[in-house]
Amino acid sequence: MTRKQKRLSIILGALAFLGTATGLTFYALGQKTSYFYMPADLTTASIAPGQRIRLGGLVEDGSIVRDQGTRVSFGVSDGGGHVEVVYDGILPDLFREGQGVVTEGTFDPSGTFVADSVLAKHDENYMPKEVADSLKAQGVWQED
Amino acid sequence: MVETGHFALVLAFALSLVQFVLPLVGSRTGDARLMATAGPVAATGFAMTAISFAALTAAYVLSDFSVLNVFENSHSQKPLLYKFSGTWGNHEGSMLLWVLILTFFGALVAAFGRNLPATLRANVLSIQGLIGSAFFLFILATSNPFARLNPAPIEGQDLNPVLQDVGLAIHPPLLYLGYVGFSVCFSFAVAALIEGRIDAAWARWVRPWTLAAWVFLTGGIAMGSFWAYYELGWGGFWFWDPVENASFMPWLAGTALLHSAIVMEKRSALKIWTILLAILTFSLSLLGTFLVRSGVLTSVHAFATDPARGVFILAILTLFIGGALALFAWRAQSLAPGGIFHPISREGALVLNNLFLSTAVATVLVGTLYPLALEAVTGEKISVGAPFFDLTFGPLMVPLLIAVPFGPLLAWKRADLWAASQRLALAAGGALVVILFVALFIDRASVFAALGIGLAVWLILGALTDLALKSGIGSVSTSVALRRFAGLPRSAYGTSLAHLGLGLTTLGIVSVTTLQTEHILTMKPGDTVEVAGYQLRFDGLQPFQGQNFTEDRGLFPLLDSDGDVLTTIMSAKRFYPARQMPTTEAGISTRGLSQMYVSLGDPVDGGGIVVRIWWKPFVTLIWLGAVVMMGGGILSLLDRRLRVGAPARRARKTGEATGAAH
Repeated sequence: MTRKQKRLSIILGALAFLGTATGLTFYALGQKTSYFYMPADLTTASIAPGQRIRLGGLVEDGSIVRDQGTRVSFGVSDGGGHVEVVYDGILPDLFREGQGVVTEGTFDPSGTFVADSVLAKHDENYMPKEVADSLKAQGVWQED
Repeated sequence: MVETGHFALVLAFALSLVQFVLPLVGSRTGDARLMATAGPVAATGFAMTAISFAALTAAYVLSDFSVLNVFENSHSQKPLLYKFSGTWGNHEGSMLLWVLILTFFGALVAAFGRNLPATLRANVLSIQGLIGSAFFLFILATSNPFARLNPAPIEGQDLNPVLQDVGLAIHPPLLYLGYVGFSVCFSFAVAALIEGRIDAAWARWVRPWTLAAWVFLTGGIAMGSFWAYYELGWGGFWFWDPVENASFMPWLAGTALLHSAIVMEKRSALKIWTILLAILTFSLSLLGTFLVRSGVLTSVHAFATDPARGVFILAILTLFIGGALALFAWRAQSLAPGGIFHPISREGALVLNNLFLSTAVATVLVGTLYPLALEAVTGEKISVGAPFFDLTFGPLMVPLLIAVPFGPLLAWKRADLWAASQRLALAAGGALVVILFVALFIDRASVFAALGIGLAVWLILGALTDLALKSGIGSVSTSVALRRFAGLPRSAYGTSLAHLGLGLTTLGIVSVTTLQTEHILTMKPGDTVEVAGYQLRFDGLQPFQGQNFTEDRGLFPLLDSDGDVLTTIMSAKRFYPARQMPTTEAGISTRGLSQMYVSLGDPVDGGGIVVRIWWKPFVTLIWLGAVVMMGGGILSLLDRRLRVGAPARRARKTGEATGAAH
């Protein structure tokens, strides 16, 4: 190979490499990210069972039900809608009624949201940003 | 005293402006006296910042609640260590720490840079001054830590309990030493562009700073990961959280810079690329500061959100990144291109390293910024988490890690890949044996476990092979080999040790992600559960009163298969009354290199409590590997060739003497 050809093959190799990486990144952005919804959005949007989403809202008063084991169910609402959530595991330290939470998981065919992670705020001033923004947009937000 | 601190901070700002202007004018006009001001001004600026920082620390230690910042983040009952480290456990204090470290590095350049050409030294310090003045102005204008409260409250609001940990004393200073350390590389790069001249000596001056910053950043990230692991009670060591990514990107870019600077130093090649990397690495550090400090992300790190701060940091970010890149575009062509080399060579291997690492930076950058950009443009909110990075970052790392052991075995200019492969046959054989062993005896289900652990073993054996070959073990008599081994340059140990550490960290990550076991169950006092061959018993809860918290301690005796008690794991639910905030204190018992991790949940009806138990095989290797990597970096830093201040002539001689070993 001449030097020119050699250089060309190196450049083509690097381009193929970068192309693959870019393609993979776009594919992953399309497939491996989860969208955020509030209960009110879900009255209009249709989410197929099994599609991963993040669901945010406030934990409804009096809705937390624990069974004898590790399963817990609670309602999440935002004034405009309501979703029943079940979760198997340990809830965050700051999980309580009236608290803003973000859960991640999928809907089962009966319409219950099966969460595999539940996040609550990190301290007493902190509200998950997505939840705060949506509540403000709906006028339910109360500044303290 | 508080006002002294404030005044010193204003003086430091003024000094940083002087440090920016005078040396730069001096280097442009060739005025040696103006250039000579850089050193003393940098040293004085550091002293002023140190006084300012000490004043804030004193306010914290003495619980002076007339200072707003202390009132908001401290409490008189807080243990002394956290009063001390609480100084930087908030936005204002952490920015003060940032400039303290920046001026510290400036003073170091002034002190150790006496053998630098006068104009280069003046320009480097001038750029450091410019960075400093931007951040001093930011602090004084938007984040003054010395604001007073009148009347002074009796009691403070306490520090976020999650931050009340020895981790706070270590993680932020290390991380900032890393972030800000790269500012020196940035200043060197910009200074080289201003002068339009760059040579191998430039790389030799820059490399120690890159190495030092890299060592600190490695430590800072590892410490942050370890802290999150034991403090948050989720048992995870890395979450691909945007804030973690913000520190990981400069690390990846810094690692690339470390390697490309070798090529530049040894072979005078990759000059323009190295300059660009130096600019990008610090730009990513600035981006990290912006992401964490501006409040666009919500996390434990976002102490307070104030839009003015975000806009200010964004302006700093634009000024420095945009300015440096514009200067680069304008001046880069004036730099003479370097030597040529064959693709199969040490240079080629290092280029491959850079290609993979910089692509990895790009994927992490996309994954971190895409959700922010999408929300800004369409209002849609998405989360980009582990699944995205597993699919993009993962495939990039595998070929890179496979290639790592080849790099040090290839010769400069033109190498024999086949010969290198033969030398690595033993390491490859060892890795194959381990793959088969894991696949047949440990985990038949997961291919990833076997291949991943095999890859880690390949890295570890490859690093050892490199050292063995360099000292001639197997080809010369043992006594000669031992003598040669002892006489190897420190940088040779450094390379092997850093690659060995990478292997150990990989081993830890792969083991935990593929082989860990998790149990979530309800336990009543007296219940026993079997985990990974051990018996874990629950003996009930005990109340305990701490200095500024109360807690319920769950006691879990850990029994071996014979029923003997090995240790008692204590896992607790803690409550901090000052902030009305509960936290989980995980109970962790280290067995060899693995750990048993016990986290308490909520009580359930009927007297039991939800308990989450993990068996984490080889988890400690994740952080031990990072410590080994740091050790490698420190050894390289101590190499005579790179010793800060060592005369260039002697350095060159040493380089020739060790040429045979490379």
